[in-house]
Amino acid sequence: MNFHYGSSGTYLPVERKCGVATVSFKDATRVYPGADHPSVDKLNLEIGDGEFMVLVGPSGCGKSTSLRMLAGLEEINAGAIWIGERDVTDLPPKDRDIAMVFQNYALYPHMTVGDNMGFALKMAGVSKTERQQRVQEAAHLLGLEDFLNRKPKALSGGQRQRVAMGRAIVRSPQVFLMDEPLSNLDAKLRVSTRTQIAALQTRLGVTTVYVTHDQVEAMTMGDRVAVMKDGILQQCDSPLQLYDAPRNLFVAGFIGSPAMNLIEGNVQPDGVHLGDYTVPVPRETLAKASDEKNLVLGIRPENFELNDHPEDGQGIPIDIGVVEELGADAFIYGTLSGIAEDELITAQQIVARIHGGQKPPHRGESVRLLIDPTHVHVFSKESGDRISPATESVFTD
Amino acid sequence: MPRFLAARPNSELITLPWGTPLADWPEENLVALPRGISRHVVRFVRVAKEIYAFKEVIEHLALHEYELLRDLARLDTPAVEAVGVVTARVDERGEPLDPILITRHLQFSLPYRSLFSRGVRQDTVNRLVDAMVVLLVRLHLNGLLWGDVSLSNTLFRRDAGAFAAYLVDAETSELHDRLTDGQREHDLTIARTNLYGEFCDLEAGGLLDEALDPLVLVETIESRYRELWNELTAVEEFNAGEMHRIEGRVRRLNALGFDVAELDITTDLGGSTIRIQPKVVDAGHHSRRLIRLTGLDTEENQARRLLNDLDYYRARTDQQGADEAIVAHEWLIEQFEPILQSVPMDLRAKLEPAQLYHEMLEHRWFLSEQAGGEISMDDAAKAYVNTVLRGLPDEEIAVSDMESTGPLANPFDPSQGFVDDEYEKPYDPWEDEAAEPEEEPAEAYLDIAALRARAKK
Repeated sequence: MNFHYGSSGTYLPVERKCGVATVSFKDATRVYPGADHPSVDKLNLEIGDGEFMVLVGPSGCGKSTSLRMLAGLEEINAGAIWIGERDVTDLPPKDRDIAMVFQNYALYPHMTVGDNMGFALKMAGVSKTERQQRVQEAAHLLGLEDFLNRKPKALSGGQRQRVAMGRAIVRSPQVFLMDEPLSNLDAKLRVSTRTQIAALQTRLGVTTVYVTHDQVEAMTMGDRVAVMKDGILQQCDSPLQLYDAPRNLFVAGFIGSPAMNLIEGNVQPDGVHLGDYTVPVPRETLAKASDEKNLVLGIRPENFELNDHPEDGQGIPIDIGVVEELGADAFIYGTLSGIAEDELITAQQIVARIHGGQKPPHRGESVRLLIDPTHVHVFSKESGDRISPATESVFTD
Repeated sequence: MPRFLAARPNSELITLPWGTPLADWPEENLVALPRGISRHVVRFVRVAKEIYAFKEVIEHLALHEYELLRDLARLDTPAVEAVGVVTARVDERGEPLDPILITRHLQFSLPYRSLFSRGVRQDTVNRLVDAMVVLLVRLHLNGLLWGDVSLSNTLFRRDAGAFAAYLVDAETSELHDRLTDGQREHDLTIARTNLYGEFCDLEAGGLLDEALDPLVLVETIESRYRELWNELTAVEEFNAGEMHRIEGRVRRLNALGFDVAELDITTDLGGSTIRIQPKVVDAGHHSRRLIRLTGLDTEENQARRLLNDLDYYRARTDQQGADEAIVAHEWLIEQFEPILQSVPMDLRAKLEPAQLYHEMLEHRWFLSEQAGGEISMDDAAKAYVNTVLRGLPDEEIAVSDMESTGPLANPFDPSQGFVDDEYEKPYDPWEDEAAEPEEEPAEAYLDIAALRARAKK
């Protein structure tokens, strides 16, 4: 078991070999001329050898800019970027030993698939023997061996993707960079390519930095995921850590689909009041709220349970607006009810997932949602930071 | 009913078979023109008297490219003209089809492949590379990062003895206020790699003269680019006694075809050292002057040539002191237009007018050398029409006649290869996996249970 320092500040157990970080962002900052705040603000991120790191966040969060700073396409106004043992901050793109994957799709019709994959090596003066060997290895990884000596006539979209990957693979770079590579593909090709990229990266073991705006994609592909917002790194952790222990309101609401419920409630001596029910919250946690009157509770839809005996007053009261059945489960969309007038909170929408066992309620019904207190995340309303202790992820050894 | 987004819509566009995937459009709508390799479905379509290029591509890409091409037009950058985007297409079953981006076919333009046939000369290739470099520099001056610099994404037009290059595919392009050095280097690296691949491909297809080496051909791209970029943007320092250097710099830029709109001049504290740096340069110095004097809109080198002829005309008619604009008008009426009108109507599609005039000037020079004395322009023009022009292919719409490569499998889609390529596709198990029916779209919801299960392994 190796421990790897993640920029979330915790020592996280990480299941892979840990050598020197292959990529380091050190206080890396990018400010556009005339802008009043940075596009990337003092980014500190260490990416390990062979790691698949995904940068994710909404449009404008700085994820693409960060990747481009790594690629050498964006100036770095402050801080530095290291690749391996070298400070590459001032090096041009071609001297950084990186490869942007999916850059060149053009399949040259008169050349064989093998030559299509290896021609850049030829230009760089790599010997024929070594070229053939690298192309062979890449083709083997990509399942393209039978195509090597053929012309690329009418290769399918998926096969072209693989040749594009092969072009990057044969260059044997230290790092692969991918900037939203699936966004230009149709839905079907997107799913198959996603799986292929992930499988390939595992086999190749080359450090990869991947940018996407899609958190589902990030969660399914990354070894670790770095969530960004407004140029600032919010949290960098394994997908499960992000899911089970989001550091702040933004990460809590961004990761997971359907999204985590973020419900504002009134602080009471023994918990947080939602509607007419007080959700128990440990005193130590409430103490961290200092003098805030309201706090935000984060509860994932799947952590609710319908109270079969709502007359006992246990559970968060909601009025049901919509019931959506999905296979064996059902999603219910309701509004928080029973709020006292003086509590100054709004009737917020709550989404709950009811498991197959329980009978789903109907539209218009009033129900109560039971919640295990250990599945409640508590956030400060003012700072947005988490104040409840991070629950242990299911992913433990 | 599909939606049309266009600046000046052509009503005849509306009746095209929008409910059919572009790859299946009937031949009667299509025109077979040579073009580069593209990963999307592209077809040339004749609509009334115009020819358009249609590209079927997902919506955000189509709209991005449309906007970018319009921005480039506003910036007076050489690129194809965006006509419109057609969205909200559905087929007969109501299934959505990708939008289509429409651009106007560039008249008298040639894709690079049609400029190559066995035995093409070294200097033709050099001139193509030069044209690419100028295009790249102009794009970079305007803040455009090309992204996929390649011959396939470029169209060429004859420009007197050189070529003018036009950007065709802006899919990977981005417009910034200013490009960083890293971004320019990136485009340059891509240019080198892609052009190398394209030359290798021509070599593999037997289309490149044996004397030409792809590696040597691309080696000049970087050096030429840097030379031009430096000339256009670099700082120059000199002593206060050498003020003529300012004028010299401006003249050199003009000679390269650029106007200086803003020149930054600073002196050091003592006033003894001067620093100059062009801040804003605009291409088209000569073409602007020509259009101002005559209304003729031509490529840069053609303009230079015609202006030279105008100067020669002024000297010959002894009007050195006369108003430039008046002489220009006279040259147009007495010299330029009559010569062009002497060309039979049926031969006028062979070459663009300014190019035609240039070729005739060249022919006159050639005949004069042979005769050992001056030949008149009228005689030269006649001789040119009879001995050269008749034998040239039409370039207004350059039709593909690359016989050396054999017939295309689909004349409307060169990317499908050639008829004689024997081909039985090998079995590909990866394709089978990809084709397996998907379970309920995992896209909408994150399958956290699957993640936990995977993590436990």
